[in-house]
Amino acid sequence: MNAINNSILTLILLLPLAGAVLVALAPDRGKLPNWITLATALAIFGLTLHLPAHFDKSASGFQFAVNVPWIDNPAIFYHVGVDGLSLWMVVLTGLLAPVGVLASWNAIAERRKIFFVLFLVQQTAMFGVFVSLDLMLYYGFWELSLVPMAILIAMYGRKDGPKAALKFFLFTFIPSAPLLVAILWLYSQTRSFDFTDIHNQIALGLIPAGPLCWVALAFLFAFAVKVPVFPLHGWLADTFSEAPVALAMVVAGKLGLYSMLRFHIGLFPVQARAAAPYLIALAVIGILYGACLALVQRDFWRLLAFAAVSHLSLIVLGIYGFTATGLAGAVYQILNHGVVDGALFVLLGVLYDRYSTSEIGVYGGVATKLPRTATLFVIAALAMIGLPMLGGFIGEFLILSSTFTGVSKGWAVAAAVGVILGAAYMLWLVQRLFYGPESKLALSKPPDDLHFRELAVLWPLAVLMLVMGLAPMLWLPAIETAFPRVQLVVRGPSTCLSLFSPQPHRQFQTKGRACGESSSRYLPHPSRGRSRPHRCCRHAHRRDPARRISAPIPDLDRSAGNHIGSVGQRAAALLASGYGVLRYRRDKRLHHLLSPPHLRHRSGNAPAVI
Amino acid sequence: MCLLTGAVELLLVFVALEISSISTYILAGYRKNTSRGPEAAIKYFLLGSFATGFLLYGVALIFGATGTTQIYEIARLAPIAQNHSFILAGLALMLVGILFKVSAAPFHVWTPDVYEGAPSPVVALLSTAPKAAAFALLLRVVYEMFPTLHGLWAPLLWIVAVLSMTVGNLAALRQQNVKRMLAYSAIAHAGYLLAAFAGQGNLGIAAASFYIAAYAAMNVGVFAVITLVSGYDEKLPMIDDYRGLIYRSPLLGSLLIFFLISLVGIPFTGGFFGKFYSFSAAVDGGAVALAIIGLLNSGLAAAYYLRLALAAAQQPENNNAETSALAPQVGIAVGAALLLAAGATLVLGIAPSEVLRGAEAGAHTLQAPPIDASTPAISVAQESKQ
Repeated sequence: MNAINNSILTLILLLPLAGAVLVALAPDRGKLPNWITLATALAIFGLTLHLPAHFDKSASGFQFAVNVPWIDNPAIFYHVGVDGLSLWMVVLTGLLAPVGVLASWNAIAERRKIFFVLFLVQQTAMFGVFVSLDLMLYYGFWELSLVPMAILIAMYGRKDGPKAALKFFLFTFIPSAPLLVAILWLYSQTRSFDFTDIHNQIALGLIPAGPLCWVALAFLFAFAVKVPVFPLHGWLADTFSEAPVALAMVVAGKLGLYSMLRFHIGLFPVQARAAAPYLIALAVIGILYGACLALVQRDFWRLLAFAAVSHLSLIVLGIYGFTATGLAGAVYQILNHGVVDGALFVLLGVLYDRYSTSEIGVYGGVATKLPRTATLFVIAALAMIGLPMLGGFIGEFLILSSTFTGVSKGWAVAAAVGVILGAAYMLWLVQRLFYGPESKLALSKPPDDLHFRELAVLWPLAVLMLVMGLAPMLWLPAIETAFPRVQLVVRGPSTCLSLFSPQPHRQFQTKGRACGESSSRYLPHPSRGRSRPHRCCRHAHRRDPARRISAPIPDLDRSAGNHIGSVGQRAAALLASGYGVLRYRRDKRLHHLLSPPHLRHRSGNAPAVI
Repeated sequence: MCLLTGAVELLLVFVALEISSISTYILAGYRKNTSRGPEAAIKYFLLGSFATGFLLYGVALIFGATGTTQIYEIARLAPIAQNHSFILAGLALMLVGILFKVSAAPFHVWTPDVYEGAPSPVVALLSTAPKAAAFALLLRVVYEMFPTLHGLWAPLLWIVAVLSMTVGNLAALRQQNVKRMLAYSAIAHAGYLLAAFAGQGNLGIAAASFYIAAYAAMNVGVFAVITLVSGYDEKLPMIDDYRGLIYRSPLLGSLLIFFLISLVGIPFTGGFFGKFYSFSAAVDGGAVALAIIGLLNSGLAAAYYLRLALAAAQQPENNNAETSALAPQVGIAVGAALLLAAGATLVLGIAPSEVLRGAEAGAHTLQAPPIDASTPAISVAQESKQ
């Protein structure tokens, strides 16, 4: 079992590639490429299910980790692993793979081999983004994910494929230029691309604060375009209306939002906090703007695109509210949005397949011809709106309630208005497409309802929406293991405050419950009670005028299990085992709290090198 | 050209440069019964001999100042020479001559015309081998001959790098002819390569050597595809003629897209690591602005590379029977060259360590000159080119 756990992520990454090679070598006869791809996709999904089955919910930190050198200069490691955050992303990607194959079963009629090869490469790239813990590896997969997408949009675009493909590519490629410079700069400072190394060094305040703000901004910009956040959403509508269904359903949201959670909030908690007010405002604008534009669209792909802008902005709101509930809700909503959006894409793809038009106005009264399509569409639409008992409700409720209590009542009310608008455009869309008098279009074609293949995709998704609405606790405990880390590092040393915040100390007043929870779990003195580490951290920052320490950088050795276990644990261990003592030795009480017992009675001049 | 990369004596350098130049002048005019061939050859010849004139004049001035043409002797004597202004002028003139050879802006004007007029296989050679040799010479001149003048040539190369990338990319955006577009992109790539010179010592040299190797592999690949698609007469030179290539010939179409993606600099291809090492050398050397300009430029470059790649991926127009009937045949020799180029690009993208180690070994020999100056760094570039 251990061997499987060690190689499972590598298998998940390599299996799509192996499938792609097989498809490329096999003859293009009949549906052979489809069957090979379907078998591969099902196998991948099976492999991804191994992860939640063997995921240790009681431990936080990266599991199933593999860390081997790949390139020695610069030191790039093949370092992969999942935690509660990426675990479900991987499973969701695995789930959507067979859905995508079945959705393109007949829609892709020619050049099947190239389509399925690129589809599988795209799967590898997506998995790679979710499991990489080395920044260069991550960047590699991040860029790689653009290529199959752009080529396939150009090849199978409905109207003007190459233009949409170019727009998509440039919109996401150009912002990743500053991202790469930022990564290189981090490397030049830390001599490491490793997520945990860089994370620890930033958390300990070893990196100059001024440039770090720009680095954080470069990260944020690249991710915000990919999500997309409000003023950067220009590419989405064209991509949605041109891309093949199987790829459109994976393009928006997940990659960008996951990267925000992992690499923006995860690496730069302080800077992320400073940027949070702006992002909250942009998110709320995005919710309302996307919803309003969705109301007036005449083309259902574009409507879906603006609906996605609205829903993804809601998730951004949940992320940058910086509350434990909001973050959990955001992750849950990413999963739910992935499932619901996938189902809607398949259903609209069915309509487009049958009637060859995406103009909403010419539809109407289709429900009598395609009753099953209508039923499933209504279920998916209700899940998207956030009807209680369906998946959307849980995520939206968590996000909105945490915004209401933890951020600001005004923003919460505005976001809730956006949710109401969401109900309006979705229900109106259902009404215009499926109900009312039978249109000429509905009468012009013989009814051709969902086939077995499509039902086999859609019913499981519908059931999943119901289960996600009824039993969120199947998912939430694993998700929550990811957040003490975020909470803990948010209380890390200030490096960037003077540039953004007039009141530095407020930055560290985390919401009491979450902070107490995380510190009691991660600081090495559980017996000390809940509130004291929390207060002391605040003291530490007040008492520490020198925001940066000029001591030698501790040699964070990559070997000896340094990569196994949570970042939080290691940051705490680092803090406790001497480095923190040096840093905080002025504050005797804090020293007493943070240093391990065997150091506690010494003078506090413990060596900084660990 | 091999002589050029190995030479440590300035007169020998000049002779080698002339030999390689004269043969490329002739090759550029190989198709003598078209109107563009001789034009390209004459343009290349006139401007090229002018540039070698500059180089020779530079050599003469340096000889005048130091009394020797041995590169290591010059490196030893240059800091203590009395006629310092002679050395500066000599360095500047030599740089002009070399930068002409690598087609860096503002010495780039010959490139588009020559690329367009010369036959594609010749351009494949022209854009890689003499260029690699000239870059090797540049490495030798700046790092080996005048390491003490770093403060002087580094800003100069910084400016040339930015100018090359920007001019090359902006001009390439407007091109409809594939070979002209690739010519301007070659200017831009010279710029990316020069960015590596902002790096300090070994890192910069290794990065530059690696970039040459990667660029040679992918560029040879692109031109091999172009040779096959446009045929001997080159009747199909426009981007629109590539429309639907992947439908006509899936193999060629996929390979073209692969090479173009490498030229864009997408990870897991040689082009990515070339850019990566080059810009990380620049960031390491403190030229963060240069790296940002370079990477934004590579975003710009993606626009025109992708225009070609996406045209190849697009569905062919049905009414255009003439082009759609042409399914290019891949011969054994060209097929082998294509596979080799694709393999090299992929290997450089997945396992760059080995090549880089060679490049670094070469960098060490450049930094601390041994008695016989073998340059493994360059031989790596040569290997992947052939």
